[in-house]
Amino acid sequence: MAAEPTPVRRWSPPPLIGNPVLRWLALLGVVAYLVLATGSIEINWVRVARGLERSQRLISEFLRPDFVSRWSHIQRGILESLAMAVSSTLIGTLLCIPFGLGAARNVSTPVVYMLCRVVIVLARSFQEVIIAIFFVVMVGFGPLAGMLTLSLATVGFLAKLLAEAIENTDPTQIEAMRATGANWLQIIVYGVVPQVFPRFVGLAVYRLDQNFRNSAVIGIVGAGGIGAVLTTAMSRYDYSVAGAILMTIVLLVLLAEYASGIIRARLQ
Amino acid sequence: MPVNVIDGRREWRLRDRRGTLLRWLGTFAAVLLFGISMQYISSLTIWEFVADSGRQIGDLFGRMFPPQWSYAPRLWGPLWDTVNIATIGTLVAVIVAVPITFLAARNTTPHAVVRLAALLVIVVSRSVNSLIWALIIVALIGPGVLSGIIAISLRAVGFISKLLYEAVEEINQEQVEAMLATGASKLQVIAYAILPQIRPTFVGVSVFRWDINIREATVLGLVGAGGIGFQLNSAINLLLWDRASLIFAMILVLVVLSEAISARIRQAIT
Repeated sequence: MAAEPTPVRRWSPPPLIGNPVLRWLALLGVVAYLVLATGSIEINWVRVARGLERSQRLISEFLRPDFVSRWSHIQRGILESLAMAVSSTLIGTLLCIPFGLGAARNVSTPVVYMLCRVVIVLARSFQEVIIAIFFVVMVGFGPLAGMLTLSLATVGFLAKLLAEAIENTDPTQIEAMRATGANWLQIIVYGVVPQVFPRFVGLAVYRLDQNFRNSAVIGIVGAGGIGAVLTTAMSRYDYSVAGAILMTIVLLVLLAEYASGIIRARLQ
Repeated sequence: MPVNVIDGRREWRLRDRRGTLLRWLGTFAAVLLFGISMQYISSLTIWEFVADSGRQIGDLFGRMFPPQWSYAPRLWGPLWDTVNIATIGTLVAVIVAVPITFLAARNTTPHAVVRLAALLVIVVSRSVNSLIWALIIVALIGPGVLSGIIAISLRAVGFISKLLYEAVEEINQEQVEAMLATGASKLQVIAYAILPQIRPTFVGVSVFRWDINIREATVLGLVGAGGIGFQLNSAINLLLWDRASLIFAMILVLVVLSEAISARIRQAIT
C-alpha cells in the first residue's frame, strides 16, 4: 500500500495592502514614477567617467588632511561657528517663548494663534541657507548674519515644539488654577511652565548641537563660520585642507552630540 | 521639598540650597558664554553695514514685489528635479541603510568589529550636512541632478540607519528566540521576527527623512547639484529679486505640502 503523499502547505505573509487592485495600482504608480523621474535625469557619463578617474587623486588628497598650512583660518572658522551656535541658541530660546505661547491653542487667542503659526511656518520652511541669503544682504558678510539666521531657525523649531508641549499639558491642573481665580500669567507660570520645562530645556540643548551643525553650512553663502573656510578651500581646489576641515567638523559635531546627550540625560 | 528653618519659623522653598546655587551658576555660565560669543561676533562685524540694514531690506522687498509670475513656466522642470532628488535620494538611502542597520544593531551584528565599522559609517554620514556632501560630489562627478541624489542619500543613510538600529536594539527578543528554536536561519529571523517589529518605525523614519530631504534639495542647486536652487542662485547673482521671490514662493508651497503629506502618513501608521 503506497503512502499517501502529504499535501504541501505553503504559507506566505499577508500583504501590506489587502485589496489586490489597490496593491497593483500602487505598485504600478511607483514604477511609473520611477521611470518618469529617472528619465528626466540628464547624466553626463563622460563627465562622470572623467570625474571617477580623477576621484582617486581627490580622495587620496582628502585622506591626507593638511591641518597645518591653513590652521589659523580653520581655528577662526571654528571659533566663529561656536560663537554663532551659542549666541543663536540663547537668543532663539528666549525669543521662541512668546511665539510658542502664542501658537499653543489652549493658552492663546485665535488671532494671535494664526499670526504665530504663520511666523513658525515661514521660519521652518526655508532651509537655513536661504534665510542666510537674506541676512547677508541685510547686515553684510560675516558671523552676525549667521547668528541671526540660526536664531530665526531656532525660533521656528523650538516654538513649534514648545507649542505642541503646551497643548499636551494636563488640562486639569490649569482648570484647577483657573478655579482659584488665577490670572493668565499665573496660570502660565505655575500651571504650564512646570509641566513643559524639562522637555523644553532638553530641546534647547539639542538645538545647540543642531545649530553648530548648521553653522558649518551657511558659510556657503557668506554667513561666516567653518563653512566659509571650507567653501574657500573647495573653490581653491585645496582638497587636503578641505579634508582637514571636514574631519574637524565631524569630530566637533561628534563632541557636541556627545555633550548634548550627556546634558539631556542629566536633566531628565 | 526643602524646608528652611529661619528664627524657628518653617519656610517652604522650591529648591534646596545646592539646587539654587547650581541653577545660579548655570545661568551665570550661560550669560558669560553668551557675552563672550557676542563680543567675538561683533568684533568681526562691520557695523556701518548693519546700520544700513533697514534701508537694505526695504529696498530688497521693494524689488521682490511683485514676483515675476511670467517666469513660472520655466521653473516647473527644476521643481520636478527637486522632488526627484529628494525622492530617489531617499529611496537609495533606504536601500543602503537597511543592511547597515543590521550590521550596526548590537543584537543582529555578525561581529563587534563589523558593528564598529557600521557605526563609523553612520557617524560620518550624519555629521556632514547634505550641502557639504553636494560640494564634494560636484567636485568629483560634476554638476547635475545625479550629484544631488548622491549627496542627499549620503546624508540620509546615517539618519535612517541610526534611528532604525536603535529600534532594532529595542525589539522584543522573545519572538527572535521562538524563531531560533524552530531552527530558522539568521536571514529568516530578520525577515519574520525583526522586520515586522520595526516596520512602523521604518516607514515613519523614511517618510520623515523624505520631507527633510525636500527641504534640503531646494538649496542643493546653490553648489551646482541640481534642482530649483540653481535657478535661485542665478536669480540672486543677477540681482533679479522679483524672480527670486517667485522661487521662494514655490519653495514655500513645496515644503509646506511635503510636510503635510509626511505628517499625514506618519499619523496614519501610528
